[in-house]
Amino acid sequence: MIGVIAIGVAGGVIAGLMGVGGGVLFVPGLVIFVSLSQHEAEATSLLAIVPVAALGAYSHDRHQNVRRGEALRVGLFALAGVAGGVALANALSGAVLRVAFAALLVLVAAQMVRDVIRQR
Amino acid sequence: MPPSFQLPSSVASDPGSPAPVARDRILKLGVVGVAGGFFSGVFGVGGGSVIVPLLVLWLGYNQLEAAATSLAAIALIAAFAAALQGIYGNLRFADGLLVGVPAMGGVMIGAWLARRLPHGTLGLIFAAVLLAAAIELVLQ
Repeated sequence: MIGVIAIGVAGGVIAGLMGVGGGVLFVPGLVIFVSLSQHEAEATSLLAIVPVAALGAYSHDRHQNVRRGEALRVGLFALAGVAGGVALANALSGAVLRVAFAALLVLVAAQMVRDVIRQR
Repeated sequence: MPPSFQLPSSVASDPGSPAPVARDRILKLGVVGVAGGFFSGVFGVGGGSVIVPLLVLWLGYNQLEAAATSLAAIALIAAFAAALQGIYGNLRFADGLLVGVPAMGGVMIGAWLARRLPHGTLGLIFAAVLLAAAIELVLQ
């Protein structure tokens, strides 16, 4: 339980620090340190993202930066994509999904390095 | 779609009147939603890395509005996706809350630190952490 909370705090700090979502940290954290399966880790990460995103949206909304109507539209249209994406994830084996996720992490890392280089 | 949306006037293409959003704009929002939702559903992440650039490049958002609006959409997207994953039997509900609730505090600390620490070096450290996690996932 302490390990799970630590993933939340650490993932949250890094997410806030780097301006990325928590998911890219929650999923590998839950697989590597809590031994969840890739599918369980993804599902659990999604639930963990809800309060984090809601808090972020709330604080941005106080500064009038959220386009509420369009956010709602994107969120509702997303239902179709979510259904397809979750179905695909569950059609794949844990091993395939893990390797695909690892590839995603490499892409995010590459993007991070590119941003650092651009700022110099 | 519920027909009763009240959009902020800044969103309407004609700034003088609260005109309904143009049809092609709604179509674009739909594509952004479907793409972001699919990405979120497959990988168990929020989908911001898909939604934010699309809002900027395709719908004329500035970076801050895009990040803010994507977070609001992600709260919905992640809730849908978590509920669906629950139907598949993959969701560890207590673990999700044990990660997500402390993470709210973590994000606030992180955002506070971000204004005080050198960004470039942190980016490289973060990239290294992600690469290590990627290798670990492949080796599992």
